[in-house]
Amino acid sequence: MAAPAEKMDTTEARIAALSMPQGGWSDAARADALARLRAMGLPNRRDEYWKFTRPDVLTQVETPSAAVLETSEAQVFSNIDALRIVFNDGVFDAEASDDLAMEHVTIDRLADTSADIHWAGSLYGQLEKSGQTPVARPLGALNTAFATDGILIHVTGKAPRPINLVYHHRAENSEAILHHVIKLDAGAELTVLETGPAAARFNKVMEVDVADTAAFHHVRAQGRDHERHAATHIFTRLGTESTFKSFTLTVNGRLTRNDCVIELTGDDAIAHVAGACVGDGDFHHDDTVFITHDALRCESRQVFKKVLRNGAVGVFQGKILVKAGAQKTDGYQISQSLLLDDDSQFLAKPELEIYADDVICSHGSTSGAIDEEALFYLRSRGVPTEIATDLLTLAFLAEAVNEIEDEGLRDALVEQLEGWLERHRG
Amino acid sequence: MLTIKDLHVKLEEEDKQILKGVDLTVEAGKVHAIMGPNGSGKSTLSYVLSGRDGYEVTGGEAHLGDDDLLELEPEERAAAGLFLAFQYPVEIPGVGNMTFLRTAVNAQRKARGEEEMSAAEFLKVVRARAKELKIDADMLKRPVNVGFSGGEKKRNEILQMAMLEPKMCILDETDSGLDVDAMKLVADGVNALRSEGRGFLVITHYQRLLDHIKPDVVHIMADGRIVKTGGPELALEVENNGYADILAEVA
Repeated sequence: MAAPAEKMDTTEARIAALSMPQGGWSDAARADALARLRAMGLPNRRDEYWKFTRPDVLTQVETPSAAVLETSEAQVFSNIDALRIVFNDGVFDAEASDDLAMEHVTIDRLADTSADIHWAGSLYGQLEKSGQTPVARPLGALNTAFATDGILIHVTGKAPRPINLVYHHRAENSEAILHHVIKLDAGAELTVLETGPAAARFNKVMEVDVADTAAFHHVRAQGRDHERHAATHIFTRLGTESTFKSFTLTVNGRLTRNDCVIELTGDDAIAHVAGACVGDGDFHHDDTVFITHDALRCESRQVFKKVLRNGAVGVFQGKILVKAGAQKTDGYQISQSLLLDDDSQFLAKPELEIYADDVICSHGSTSGAIDEEALFYLRSRGVPTEIATDLLTLAFLAEAVNEIEDEGLRDALVEQLEGWLERHRG
Repeated sequence: MLTIKDLHVKLEEEDKQILKGVDLTVEAGKVHAIMGPNGSGKSTLSYVLSGRDGYEVTGGEAHLGDDDLLELEPEERAAAGLFLAFQYPVEIPGVGNMTFLRTAVNAQRKARGEEEMSAAEFLKVVRARAKELKIDADMLKRPVNVGFSGGEKKRNEILQMAMLEPKMCILDETDSGLDVDAMKLVADGVNALRSEGRGFLVITHYQRLLDHIKPDVVHIMADGRIVKTGGPELALEVENNGYADILAEVA
């Protein structure tokens, strides 16, 4: 279906302002993505999945300016033993990165066009393309067409330590378009950590192909630079008895849209996606999840918690699609917000679409204030109001944070949260 | 220690006077008991003293030592040495009991300008106190009061009291929902905390708790006032004859 003229103008203007990397193995996939982008057009407010989030700043030609966060703090996962890969404003930093070598893992760069990376050639853009139906994700197609760099990870066994993608935002008007492709062979295991603000405007796609019995874990902390705008996509496909678990902590950011598109294609696969976010003031955070059950006895779980204050806005759009024949599906979805004042908003759209008759699917969504009884109890024991509020806020987020299996990673994120709460008291 | 003079309190939301001139002085080292029928204002007195929302003081005063309680926030009252053992302890999912206790102890120490307790020191003290109250390691790890039985909740209140070492302890119907063994355990915990520098105000319907926590003075409260004050024998009188006789006698 052709997009309306106004939409086409925005799309063409944006395309004209970008330049497509050429001359490598990804050329065909990029050309295909560009054609798809032209056909669907960039999102606007009239699109079903952009009603709660204004996409303008993500689609306009001009890169919005964002102040660079001044902090001397170490990055969240600095104490975790990991292979670190560093990007500055979306540009790979060889010097700051570790040697890209690890047992059972081959790591290449998308920007390295000379390499003949067969596995990536057949995967790049494919999961993104598959994730365009039934809901179009134009920013994902734009990314496949124009990504300037990214990491290609092929895992053949159990990776001995996590890979930590570290993003730094260095310039006020920087734009980064990164595309990572991760392929796990049967039985392989990998944990990917992502940290830091990437650029003033950031568009990122991560395609993850999880083969039978493989396990992928993903934990990310989206940085606390106040003014950034980001749109990220995860596209993943899960084989038989495989596992995918992703957790995101978001602190601050003017606009953050995280799409997660999961296809359970093999029987008995497990997909968990969770997120905790804290926003104060000029903050808009959108989690949009689409999980397709297309196999027997798969389990999916969505747990999202948002703490909002001073006019911050949280959005959750979560869908579970159970295809005919996907019997014994076990789908769970919960989204909750803690509104610390009357000015903040939580907008939730849970959706279930089920074509199999022997499934368990549940969903719930709530918005609430701080529990006054609990607050008084804490205060009556001598805990000052602001510390008591922090304790109750952390308790509220705990259900999401506890989705992270690794205790070390969980503690690192809780420490981040505690720091944020302390800085945002009152 | 605790001095209450002509305290008048109404509900904030409606025009209903609950306390109509309460006078009460609890000296350091003494245990006072307040007994009274339902609706006499006993629990309201404890809430107002601890600073709970929903009440409006329309007259009178309440001091703890030199501190004007009514001028202080709940957390300041706690730091000044006031402790209320709740009739219905609140469940707080997601907040570990240990985290809660340590935060409270250190917040009070900080407010008083004292040094905070180190993690190791705290752990040592809390384990010893918990053991005396038969509170196991699992109860310390669990979220505050979540899934605790009635008896466990009350023991947890006494543990908090033991850790916070308040000057003035108010026990609001601590015996409610307890079987005989649990009541004995709680009473032993309270008795262990009795000391020369500490006052107790025990609010109860029934005399039975006072078999275990022996009061020095017993007050009978009715319709928002203390109508009769006497020794431990007053509690026995209530036990044997009910409130009707006493109320008829003072009316």
